[in-house]
Amino acid sequence: MREKVVDVLVVGGGAAGMAAAASAGAQTLLLECDAEVGGVLNQCIHTGFGLHRYREELTGPEFGHRLLGELERSRAEVISGCTVIDIEHHGPVVHAVGPEGRLRIRPKALVWATGAGERPFGSLMTPGPRPAGIFTAGLAQRFVNIHGFLPGKRALILGSGDIGLIMARRLHLEGMEVAAVVEVQPFPGGLTRNVVQCLEDYNIPLLLCHGITEVHGRDRLTGVTIAQVDKSRLPIAGSERHFAVDTLILSIGLIPENELILPFTPIDPVNRGPRVNSLMQTEVPWLFAAGNNVVIFDLVDTVAAVGEMAGASAALYARGELPQERLTRLVRGENVLHLVPSSLVAESPTVLYLRVSRPINAAMVHVGDVISRKQSVVRPSEMIEIHIPQDALRELVKKDEVHVKVTEG
Amino acid sequence: MEKKLTCVSCPIGCGITVRIEDNVVTRIAGNQCPRGETYAQQEAIDPMRVLSTSVRVIGGEFPLVSVKTDRPVPKRLILQIMNYVRTLSIEAPVKIGQVVAEYLLGMSASLVATREVHLAQQRTSRSISENSL
Ligand code: SF4
Repeated sequence: MREKVVDVLVVGGGAAGMAAAASAGAQTLLLECDAEVGGVLNQCIHTGFGLHRYREELTGPEFGHRLLGELERSRAEVISGCTVIDIEHHGPVVHAVGPEGRLRIRPKALVWATGAGERPFGSLMTPGPRPAGIFTAGLAQRFVNIHGFLPGKRALILGSGDIGLIMARRLHLEGMEVAAVVEVQPFPGGLTRNVVQCLEDYNIPLLLCHGITEVHGRDRLTGVTIAQVDKSRLPIAGSERHFAVDTLILSIGLIPENELILPFTPIDPVNRGPRVNSLMQTEVPWLFAAGNNVVIFDLVDTVAAVGEMAGASAALYARGELPQERLTRLVRGENVLHLVPSSLVAESPTVLYLRVSRPINAAMVHVGDVISRKQSVVRPSEMIEIHIPQDALRELVKKDEVHVKVTEG
Repeated sequence: MEKKLTCVSCPIGCGITVRIEDNVVTRIAGNQCPRGETYAQQEAIDPMRVLSTSVRVIGGEFPLVSVKTDRPVPKRLILQIMNYVRTLSIEAPVKIGQVVAEYLLGMSASLVATREVHLAQQRTSRSISENSL
């Protein structure tokens, strides 16, 4: 077994992990379980990335390539094909299995950047058999864009989040028939631009207020029954429709991946990720976190930005230079669902990321009684970013607790 | 005639109203930036899109390379372009930005690679291929 002692260990080589390792610099090791770094960017071959970070519109692989350049210039070491299997939090000691067998790493600081997994079919508890032909959207995307396989001939897509919409277009362009995209909510889950350029451009129907009531087929899926749902999302009798499809694609949500740190890390139950301060430090002092394992972000640009913050903070911690500050707790007030960070640290560049639980036109975002910002429209599908100026931060950190709320303007 | 469009030039997705008289756009409203105006001008007359897809690679560490058109192409021709792209293949190694096909359907647009694909044997660690699934 190989042993390694490093300043900063980054677990996960997606956008957050690459940005974290690049900003942590030398004496940093990044572990990626896949054969190459880049994470989900490698399979997101469509455009729409990078407008904030690089001021131009890039495809996922191009965004990943830029981050890889930053990573290579930083002289951080990267091991691909290496999976972390356990973390002993006294120490800490990290156990991993890679191309050369077992690896034991003693880091001074760790950046947890594992991203998220897709919500699986089992979570829907749909009646019927469990035939082949049911895929999560990300898996289908990997088949088509990395391996060059189509998952079937005729597909129904459940969930109109961005991945579902983008896969509808992708499968259609590659020659599959896409029968419809089915969405349980009365509005599409993804961005309007994706409804337009993925569905409307190719006349793919979007069925709102519909859910799946049954799947059919023994070895391979032969069909799916859907029904209209009422306000409490219960199927309306008599509204059933049958689609003869051999493929069902699910785009029903992402779940932050935190299994290995759960036993010893305080988690925010709403974000479903570790509680972090504005330096992306968790409540376990040597553990930092960034990316979709903290909360599901909208944009990879944001993920890279928090990754950079986590990497820089972890490097300071490893050198004993991260000041131990008194923290100001951030508390969710009216209409705040997701909120990162959970607490503020003085003197650091600070951005709040929040998501509302219900849409408002002409809203006002309040951070304590120090910041009130007008926001023309707020929707649950769009994360709000509040950059906190230094003078406002100085006022905020005088308090023990600051409430964040989004009200009618 | 008035048309309601959604700008797809960036994730904000502004709703834009255009007035068209005799096939000429005479008024554009609702865009938050100049890109929206350019978009609406074109969208009202002949919608254009950047196409991203993939091309088969021979002898590479991956069986595919992701590609995009280097400029928007007419939406009405996208399925035709896809049929052509399906017939293409390229030999590894492929560089990011490398031109994979020029003059798509006789237009000025090219197809360019959006990632690197190294030769199959250049990689020492486990590489993804069909049989690793
Ligand atoms: S008009 Fe400008 S801001 Fe609005 S969607 Fe288009 S590019 Fe984005």
